[in-house]
Amino acid sequence: MNNFIDLVQQSFVENAFMAGTLIAIVSAIIGYFVVLRAQAFAAHALSHIGFAGATLAAVLGISGLLGMSGFTVAAALGMGALEKRIRGRDVEIGMILSFALGLGVLFLRWYTNSSSETVSVLFGSILSVTHADIILTLVFGIGTLVILAAIFRPLLFSSIDPEVAEARGVPIKILSILFMFLLAITVAEAIQVVGVLLVFALIVAPAAAAQHLTRKPFSAIAISVALGVAFTWGGLLLALATSWPVSFYIATLAALTYFIAVRIAHFARPHAHATHEHPDGEYIKAT
Amino acid sequence: MFSIFQYSFIQNAFLAGTVVAIVGGFVGYFLVTRGLTFAGEALSHIGFAGAAAALFVGIDPIVGLLTFTIIAGIAIGIFGKDLREEDINIGIVMTLALGLGALFISLYNGYAEQAYSILFGTILGISHTDVLVTLIFGIGTIAILVAIFRPLLFSSADPEVAEARGVPVRALGILFLVLVAVAVSMSVQVVGVLLIFTLLVGPAATAIRLVHNPLGAVSISIALALAYTWLGIFLAATGSWPVTFYIATISFLVYLPVRLLTART
Repeated sequence: MNNFIDLVQQSFVENAFMAGTLIAIVSAIIGYFVVLRAQAFAAHALSHIGFAGATLAAVLGISGLLGMSGFTVAAALGMGALEKRIRGRDVEIGMILSFALGLGVLFLRWYTNSSSETVSVLFGSILSVTHADIILTLVFGIGTLVILAAIFRPLLFSSIDPEVAEARGVPIKILSILFMFLLAITVAEAIQVVGVLLVFALIVAPAAAAQHLTRKPFSAIAISVALGVAFTWGGLLLALATSWPVSFYIATLAALTYFIAVRIAHFARPHAHATHEHPDGEYIKAT
Repeated sequence: MFSIFQYSFIQNAFLAGTVVAIVGGFVGYFLVTRGLTFAGEALSHIGFAGAAAALFVGIDPIVGLLTFTIIAGIAIGIFGKDLREEDINIGIVMTLALGLGALFISLYNGYAEQAYSILFGTILGISHTDVLVTLIFGIGTIAILVAIFRPLLFSSADPEVAEARGVPVRALGILFLVLVAVAVSMSVQVVGVLLIFTLLVGPAATAIRLVHNPLGAVSISIALALAYTWLGIFLAATGSWPVTFYIATISFLVYLPVRLLTART
């Protein structure tokens, strides 16, 4: 146990907790809106696009976080601009996602013959996050929170009822693009903790679980944040104690909690329709 | 330039790749028309967990792939009655599976090369056994697809009427997902877990936009998948860039103009 306490006091661990906590908080709040706006698949796609950015950054020798942010922001702005035509477009999004991954594979081949680097981009590397990236994470994270606080009400309004909001003069298109921009930054940050493939665990799972438990926005966000932070801390502690990957623990905790939340909701309100259907929800449709 | 064909690993790659492409193009058509593309993506990620588990336990990854994906496919078939609303559920299951995969890979301790090839394909290094397995499963899948083609088409286009006419819609649905599971497992060898879309969805989605009648669309889908795979293997064999990159890029570059220039059905 003494060894464990010693371990936890190492600076790389402190860094991991600091960055991880902030990322968990931001992800949980953004995630609330992602679930509300039924854009889970878009978030998933953004992380795969981030992979291409991360690998290109490695080839060019610049910060991975910057590379990822560059790619995700560009993609997100594109998605935001095509907003209306993106909903329900699983095939299109999937194709772009695959192309981005293919590019990433190529860049990876250029960068390294080391497969373990691939694994850490894909599955997270919070325990080896660099100082520069921590600073960037802090700046991006706090900036995102500030902007979210500023646009909270109109964003909520335009997410729940876009037509009425628009009629009331809310600039939904601008908000939409701004939201996608914030999502892109958050995705890039989340990738550091859980890797490209498990972004769902930090961004979607806490919020989705929360929304099964309550409809009220503030409560849902509070629960979402609490869960996100719990998964992250739990994941970090368990990983340090057992040497198994952080992202595995976060993903497992997130998934189990989500399914428990679904069960609870089912028993509490057996006849209510559990999922909130967004008017232009992202559904799987045939082409 | 064509001297590469004398190498057995190239012959293996082309052989396996051909079977995979035909199955992928065929299955892909129904994957797209039945709106199951996200489920296909999820199956590939779940398959990854299976492959990683198999590696860890010391058996051929393809066994793990097939086991996990077939079980998951059946489960989705039985429990996912209306997949539209299960988007997030599927995503969460996918996340859980990937997390497990990450665990197995880290436990497997080294040979990250194997993990890399599961994720991104390994057709140029495919073993003799796997070529055989691919051939057997592939031909089996194609045979079943041909046998159920009409009823499957019917139940995809109009499930209620089909059911009324005595077509076993539910059973077909589950059987189809098992076939998807097999197709996904096989395709993983060529393009890897993460790029299933490029072989399973790309050709089909492109074909459907070009031709409306089912037989025509399936034919074009298979033809495109074959073309992408052959070209990809050939380019990769004569250069040093990955097969997966070529297939993904070609698939996307063909899909893009077709998508932009054609109208919706």
